[in-house]
Amino acid sequence: MVHGRPLVYLDNAATSQKPRAVLEAMTRFYTGDNANIHRGVHQLSERATEAYEAARRRLQRFLGAESPEEIVFVRGTTDGVNLVAQAFARPRLSPGDEVLVTVMEHHSNFVPWQLVAEQTGASFRVAPVDNSGDLDLERLSRMVTSRTRVVALTHVSNALGTVNPVRRIADLAHQAGAVVVLDAAQSVPHTRVDVRALGCDFLACSGHKMLGPTGIGVVYGRRDLLESMPPYQAGGGMIERVTAARTTFAPPPGRFEAGTPPIAQAIGLAAAADYLEDLGQEAVAAHEHQLVGLAVEALGAIPGVRLVGTPRERLAVVSFTIDGAHPHDVATILDQEGIAVRAGHHCTQPLMDHFGIPGTVRASFSFYNLPEEIHALVRGIARVREVLG
Amino acid sequence: MSDLSQLYQSVILDHNRNPRNFRSLEEADGRADGYNPLCGDKVTVWVKLDGDQIADVCFKGEGCALSKASASLMTTAIKGKTRSEIEQLYSLFHELVTGELGAEVPREQLGKLKVFSGVAEFPSRVKCASMAWHALQSALKASNKETDLNPDGESSNAV
Repeated sequence: MVHGRPLVYLDNAATSQKPRAVLEAMTRFYTGDNANIHRGVHQLSERATEAYEAARRRLQRFLGAESPEEIVFVRGTTDGVNLVAQAFARPRLSPGDEVLVTVMEHHSNFVPWQLVAEQTGASFRVAPVDNSGDLDLERLSRMVTSRTRVVALTHVSNALGTVNPVRRIADLAHQAGAVVVLDAAQSVPHTRVDVRALGCDFLACSGHKMLGPTGIGVVYGRRDLLESMPPYQAGGGMIERVTAARTTFAPPPGRFEAGTPPIAQAIGLAAAADYLEDLGQEAVAAHEHQLVGLAVEALGAIPGVRLVGTPRERLAVVSFTIDGAHPHDVATILDQEGIAVRAGHHCTQPLMDHFGIPGTVRASFSFYNLPEEIHALVRGIARVREVLG
Repeated sequence: MSDLSQLYQSVILDHNRNPRNFRSLEEADGRADGYNPLCGDKVTVWVKLDGDQIADVCFKGEGCALSKASASLMTTAIKGKTRSEIEQLYSLFHELVTGELGAEVPREQLGKLKVFSGVAEFPSRVKCASMAWHALQSALKASNKETDLNPDGESSNAV
């Protein structure tokens, strides 16, 4: 309940709600198997280690990776992109090299690349979108050159819901000798993501957006690439042998998991992957597709409501503005009706600049949303008009 | 009154639709931008001083109804006031919107700014109501610096 009304939660792109199965998996670990991993010789530590490594294997299958060594547990997508930018790209980039991102990236897949470009003297290039919110593939393909080392892009736009043709772009990038880094934060909760089918070399995603806990995410990295990378952070758990003169580092994925990792969270994330696959990712996608279609139709029919982005293929997100009403005011009024939406720039200021707006109202869906909740949103927008006059 | 109608009082809605002093000022003594990184909104405030008093103040920018109305009402409230009067008014206003203003303090001291009392029920919107005031403070500081730099330069403004 929110403000005395039943909650209509349409902020799933920010974070999802958690199924009981995920919470129970974590509680089971904390109450029955809690110990630090890869350390103790006692049985509890062995059980904890096994549960943590089983979670890694679970995520390997979930993402279609070839081996569990290609799965690195991190704090989330942001942490993951920073790992790839600093440990993979930074040592390889030099002046004259190019890093290509798109204008629809979340700041977390934009700023880390801008930063590493500044640090190395590489140039930072930004591929444009057209007015419907699709990538301008023709211009993008001309921006992939023999100097391009990294192409970093999102699978699904968190602000517009645009689904990008990752395989096509990956093929282009690979022909040019570049490596593809995919932000899958907004796609893994909604559709089957297979790193080999998509052709990405790295992928980052967050647990908390896909029914899992906060504080955990995954980086998938092609094994040969991970093996070629220096450590990202240093500490316990990521070493082979330490002496005052020299330290040798563990092979991946341990090399990139310094310190005690989020063990219970990894176990919770594996339970979330189970949950999504048990639901059936095709069934989830079909249900959400229906919700999105309904939302696009219902919102598009309201006078004064403008959809921001009308991409060819869309997943789980609808962004809009209302004439004469600022997104913040809209969100406050909807909140009073029990409707949770996101208002603002959604950490995609370059994209908002492209559309010439400060922000949007964003409704984002999950499998547990119902058509009635979209009707509630439509009624809420009528209330916005009443309040703001 | 419900929380919402308390928040969006007619005075606020009026100032949102028809903001007062919504313009720029070429010969300003101070100018500053205010940002709300949370939503990307921004406001620019210009001040022109006559001695210690505000001779003119205006603003431009993009923002929600609260931030726009707050900027607009601020400009009407501070014209002719001195720096220390503005400081006092802002501290009352800040206490009002954060819900910290004691019940014993007569709201009349705030003049029209009292219409922002509803913000206290919406902690996430305090920044919207305060953005223009923060920009004003920076603009006044900037005008200070100019005075410091040109101790004799006030002749153009001096009466």
